[in-house]
Amino acid sequence: MTPALWIIPALPLAGFLLCLFLGSRSGKSFVSAVGVGSVALATVAAWTRLIPYFSESAAPAVERIAPWISAGNFSVDLSLRLDPLSALMVSFVTFVGFLIHVYSIGYMRHDETDAGYARFFAYMNLFLFAMLTLVLANNFLLMFVGWEGVGLCSYLLIGYYYEKEFAADAGKKAFVVNRIGDFGFLLGMFGVFSLFGTLDFDGVFTRAAADPTRFAPGLTVVCLLLFVGAMGKSAQIPLHVWLPDAMAGPTPVSALIHAATMVTAGVYVVTRCNVLFRLAPEAMFLVSVVGGVTAIFAAIIAIAQTDIKRVLAYSTVSQLGYMFLACGVGAYVAGMFHVLTHAFFKACLFLGSGAVIHALGGEQDVRRMGGLAPRLPVTYRTFLVATLALSGIPPLAGFFSKDAILAAAFAAHRPILFAIGLFTAGLTAFYMFRLVSLTFYGEFRGTPEESKHLHEAPPTMVLPLVVLAFLSAVGGFVGLPEVFGERANRIAAFLAPVIPPVFLPGRETETHHLPVSSEWLLIGVSVAVALAGLLLAWKWYAKENGRPAAKLAASFPALYALVADKFRVDELYDVLFVRPFVWLARMLWKVIDVLLIDGVLNAGAFLVELTGDALRFLQTGNVRNYALTFLLGIVALVLIVFGGM
Amino acid sequence: MIAGGIPLGDVLLASGALFVIGLVGALLRRNAISIFLSIELMMNAANLTVLGYAASLQNLEGQVVVFFVIAIAAAEAAVGLAIFIALFRHTETIDVNRINLLKW
Repeated sequence: MTPALWIIPALPLAGFLLCLFLGSRSGKSFVSAVGVGSVALATVAAWTRLIPYFSESAAPAVERIAPWISAGNFSVDLSLRLDPLSALMVSFVTFVGFLIHVYSIGYMRHDETDAGYARFFAYMNLFLFAMLTLVLANNFLLMFVGWEGVGLCSYLLIGYYYEKEFAADAGKKAFVVNRIGDFGFLLGMFGVFSLFGTLDFDGVFTRAAADPTRFAPGLTVVCLLLFVGAMGKSAQIPLHVWLPDAMAGPTPVSALIHAATMVTAGVYVVTRCNVLFRLAPEAMFLVSVVGGVTAIFAAIIAIAQTDIKRVLAYSTVSQLGYMFLACGVGAYVAGMFHVLTHAFFKACLFLGSGAVIHALGGEQDVRRMGGLAPRLPVTYRTFLVATLALSGIPPLAGFFSKDAILAAAFAAHRPILFAIGLFTAGLTAFYMFRLVSLTFYGEFRGTPEESKHLHEAPPTMVLPLVVLAFLSAVGGFVGLPEVFGERANRIAAFLAPVIPPVFLPGRETETHHLPVSSEWLLIGVSVAVALAGLLLAWKWYAKENGRPAAKLAASFPALYALVADKFRVDELYDVLFVRPFVWLARMLWKVIDVLLIDGVLNAGAFLVELTGDALRFLQTGNVRNYALTFLLGIVALVLIVFGGM
Repeated sequence: MIAGGIPLGDVLLASGALFVIGLVGALLRRNAISIFLSIELMMNAANLTVLGYAASLQNLEGQVVVFFVIAIAAAEAAVGLAIFIALFRHTETIDVNRINLLKW
């Protein structure tokens, strides 16, 4: 028996409603059972659909729930779609989501009131509902519903500690920056409809592929607009500023929304629309450039950060850049592969950092950590596995996906992007191992009191860590490079149906095949670079206690300050956008509203008052005066009416 | 031009005189009842005019209208006097110069 597709998002929605309306009264046990149970059921439902799908690679399934909007020649259904791409997304969204929900029980249980706990799980469930809607949608409009839904949940959960001002501000910032992207997505959607007359994925893509040249100029604009949306959601330059601040939310939120699932929605959209993008080479080019620049830019910033979650946040931005780089050079499979492996190891890293923060009673500054390896053995080991995976050390998951991206950039004859990717890989290994060294090696640098309280996390937190670390280790084997055999890259074979061949006249078809020798060479180079970054960080931070790094920073103080201040992008935006906006708003308020609109209104009222002040003395209260007025009035009337005759 | 043996002009003169007397009384008297009587006087002046014309034009409808006016005047007198009584109970006076609360 296979459950209908709508069951999968409906279960977290039910969990959300239960937690929202009954949660605060029913206590934490109820909320844990409902909040995690609904996601567990959704995971089971999803996987019962997915397992046959993975084994026999069935045809895409479209399930229409109900007609939604029908007006003139515009009609949209509530319909869900299961094809290899959405199957891949659903598989890890449900599974990683479930693990993070389990983790949240341990993480959130102690320091929250019943109401806060219920609120947390309600939002988390709502997020999963929106995310599953996003990936399962069969048309752009339903996708947009999920798209906005995840943005809303992101806002709600970043601002979860709303009594702290910076958390509330970070939530607002995320929301506003995402709105810019959403605006692009919305316009892109309008463009899709005006070009193709439908919003259904099948209809749009078949029409586009059938007549590649017909839509050309409009299609480029549409792709760029959709990409603006993807940039907002996936925190690409110049819309990356919200993601590092999003770390103000609880750590499980950072793991689920701001590392594993929501931020990959942009990559998902670009991959979903790969037919459109491949017909618009200029848009593809921009995608690859933005991805590459973001990758290296964020990696550089990550080197100089001292907040454990902030390092991971910039690492996420950087890895998302990798994914867009892959999409931009046409390696959509490699991009999605990296989405998958990144979900495992980044979720593991965030949850591990959460365990560290939990053990230290809320401390997030790596300068006040150190020497935690023997005190938190499980956390340390899982964190290390995930770090090595992210750094691209074989045979862990990140190695295969990152190598696939680098190979694709190389094969597409984009040497600069390849060099950027390779350098970023080295930087990644460096900053990640710097983080590990500062956190887990050396002497403990916190207060003695904190040292006394150090404890390994409860089982509900440790178990997801172990599972995710395991997946980070073996997850890469679904996409072995071709040097291991023709059919080794199972993920490519699996995703092949959603990336149909597209022929654009005047351009050679994009099948780049590398000779085996150069592929081995690429693997060797990328491993060497990663190892170099890793060893350098280990030598500088673990062995020599950070002294060489401090010396280097001291010799370029201005540069170091610039990097540590995240290249002052926030300050730049403050001057360029925020302040003019505040000024404009103030103008509208003080001049237009108070002075002009209120002024006109008050002037009218004042005039009436003045007239009344003068005329009220006619109201003497004396009946005989009135009678006399009658008389004079009648005389006047008679004179007017008959006087002229 | 003859109304019941009296020339129409005389009737109109009489009614005009009555009206002016009523008008002056209504404007100058301070006692509410006197004002009321003056108003009755003006109304009867109007009645007289209607009657004069009705007689001179040999028109019965005019005379019927006057009956209606008299009936309504009776009702009006009842209401007016009731108001004066209520007023007197409140203010102990029916001098209209001292009943002037409704003003600026």
